[in-house]
Amino acid sequence: MATQQTRVAGRLLVAPSVILLFLWMIVPLAMTLYFSTLRYSLLDSDNVSFVFLQNYGYFLSDPNFFSALVNTLVLVGSVLVISVVGGILVALLMDQPIFGQSFVRLMVIAPFFVMPTVSALVWKNLLMNPVSGLFAWIAHSLGLPAIDWFTNWPMLSVILIVSWQWLPFASLILLTALQSFDEEQKEAATLDGAGAIPFFFYLVLPHIARAITVVILIETIFLLSVFAEILVTTAGGPGVATTNIAFLVYKQALLNFDVGGASAGGIVAVVLANIVAIFLMRIVGKNLES
Amino acid sequence: MALKQSMGKRVGMSAAAWLIGFLIFFPILWTFLTSFKSELDAFAIPPKFLFFHWTAENYAEVQSRSNYLLFAYNSIVLSVGANIVGLIIAVPAAWSMAFVPTKRTKDVLMWMLSTKMMPGVGVLVPIYLLFRDFHLLDNRLGIGFVLLMMNLPILIWMLYTYFKEIPVDILEAARMDGASLMNEIVYVLTPMAIPGIASTMLLAVILSWNEAFWTLNLTTSNAAPLTAFIASYSAPEGLFWAKLSAASTLAIAPILILGWFSQKQLVRGLTFGAVK
Repeated sequence: MATQQTRVAGRLLVAPSVILLFLWMIVPLAMTLYFSTLRYSLLDSDNVSFVFLQNYGYFLSDPNFFSALVNTLVLVGSVLVISVVGGILVALLMDQPIFGQSFVRLMVIAPFFVMPTVSALVWKNLLMNPVSGLFAWIAHSLGLPAIDWFTNWPMLSVILIVSWQWLPFASLILLTALQSFDEEQKEAATLDGAGAIPFFFYLVLPHIARAITVVILIETIFLLSVFAEILVTTAGGPGVATTNIAFLVYKQALLNFDVGGASAGGIVAVVLANIVAIFLMRIVGKNLES
Repeated sequence: MALKQSMGKRVGMSAAAWLIGFLIFFPILWTFLTSFKSELDAFAIPPKFLFFHWTAENYAEVQSRSNYLLFAYNSIVLSVGANIVGLIIAVPAAWSMAFVPTKRTKDVLMWMLSTKMMPGVGVLVPIYLLFRDFHLLDNRLGIGFVLLMMNLPILIWMLYTYFKEIPVDILEAARMDGASLMNEIVYVLTPMAIPGIASTMLLAVILSWNEAFWTLNLTTSNAAPLTAFIASYSAPEGLFWAKLSAASTLAIAPILILGWFSQKQLVRGLTFGAVK
C-alpha cells in the first residue's frame, strides 16, 4: 500500500514532465492562435494590427490552400493504401515458415531507419533520374521510354518515396500482430478445410483489425506533416503540385514572412491532426484500461 | 508425399519473401555500392552493380568538402544528450505513474500522448520567433530542447509500460526494509528496469537522429545535424552521386545498426503499447 508520503512524492515526480509538456504545448499554441488574428509581416514588424479572422478568410479562400489540402489528402490517402495493403501482404508472407525469416525481416524493416532527407535524395537521383537513374535503365531495357518522374508525375514520385519509408513500419507492426495469432486456431481452420481466402477474411483479418487501425492512425498523424521529403526533392513544385499544408505554412512563414497567415494555416493543420488524434486516443485509452 | 509438397511450398514462399525483402532493401544497398564508385561509374549506363573500380575517395572528400564530422558530432550530441536529459525527467515520472497511480494518472498519460499529435507546423511560427529573440536559432541547446520535448511523451509511455511489468511487491519489500524513495528508485527499480530503459533510450535516439522538421527549420550550420547536412546535397549544381551516396551511407549506417537491434521495442514504442 502506498503511504501518504510516497503519494506526495509521486505527484512531485510527475510534475516536471507535466509542466514542461504543458509549456511546450500551450504557450506556442496560444501564440499561434494570437498571431493568427494579426496582420503581422516579419519584413514590417513595427506595423502590427489586429484583424480578427481575416487571415483565416484569406487562407481558406486562397486557391493554393485548397490545392494544398487536396495534395495533403492525396498524399496521406495514397501512402496509407500502399503501405497498409502492401504491409498486410508482406506480413502474411513473412509469417509463413520461410527460411532465414529474421534476415528477411532485417531487410524489410531497414528503410524505416533511413532519415527522410537521405531517402528522398537517393530516390530522386540514383533511382528516378530520367537519364542515368536505375528506373530509366530498367525502362530502356524493357524497351519502354524512361519516365521523367519529378517533371511529369511529381506527386506520384513523392508518394512512392514516402510509401517506401512507411511500408516497413506497417509490415513490422502487422507481422507482430499476426504472430500472436493462435497456432491451434490456425490448425483447426486448416483441418476443417477452410480455403485460404475465407480463412484470411474471416479469421486473420478480424484478428489484426486493431493493429491495422493503429497503423492507419499513427501513419496519418506523421503523414499529415510530411515536410523534409518535399523540401529536398520538389520544394513544393512544379508550381504548387506537391505543396501540402505543412509545406504551405512553412513557405508562408519563413519564405513570405507572413506571420499572421502562416499562423492561421498552422491552426488549420492542428485542427486536421486533432480529428485523427481523437480516434487514436480512444483506441490507446481502451488498451490502457485492460 | 504431403511432406514433399509442403517442402516445395516452403521453398517457394521463402524465395518470394527473399525477393520482396531484397527489393525493399535495394535502395539502401544501391546507395552503399554507389558510395564506392567514381563519379563517372556512378552515372554509368548500363549501371555497374559490382564490377567497377572500388574506391574510398568519396568518403575522404565528403569530409573535406563540407566538414562532415561537425554534423555527425551534432547528431550524436543532440540525439544522445537530449534523451539522457529526457530519461532523467521521465524515469521518476513513469515510476510514479506505474507504482503510485492516482485517479488522474490515466488522464495524465493520455494527455501526454496527445501532445505528440500536435503537428509541428502548428507551432512553427511562435517557436521560430521565440528562438530568434532568445538567440536559440542554430544553437545546440535550442534544438536539443525541441528534440527533448518531441520525445518526452514517448519516453514516459514506454517506461510506464515496462515499469508496469515489474512486480510491485519487490519495491514494497524494499520500502519495508526502510529504503528511502531515492534509494528505492536508484538501487531497486533501476537495475530491474535497465533492459526497458535501454530499449526506450535506443528508440528515442533513433527518432531524434532522423527528426527532419525542426532540425531543418531551426538549424543552419553550427548546430545542424546530419539531416540538414544531407539536405545541403539537394542543390542541382554540384550534385555528385557518389559523394551523395557516401554522405548518405555515413548518415544512416549507425542508426540502421541500432535500429536492427531494437525492432521489437520499436513496435511497442511507436504504437504506445497498443500493439505488443
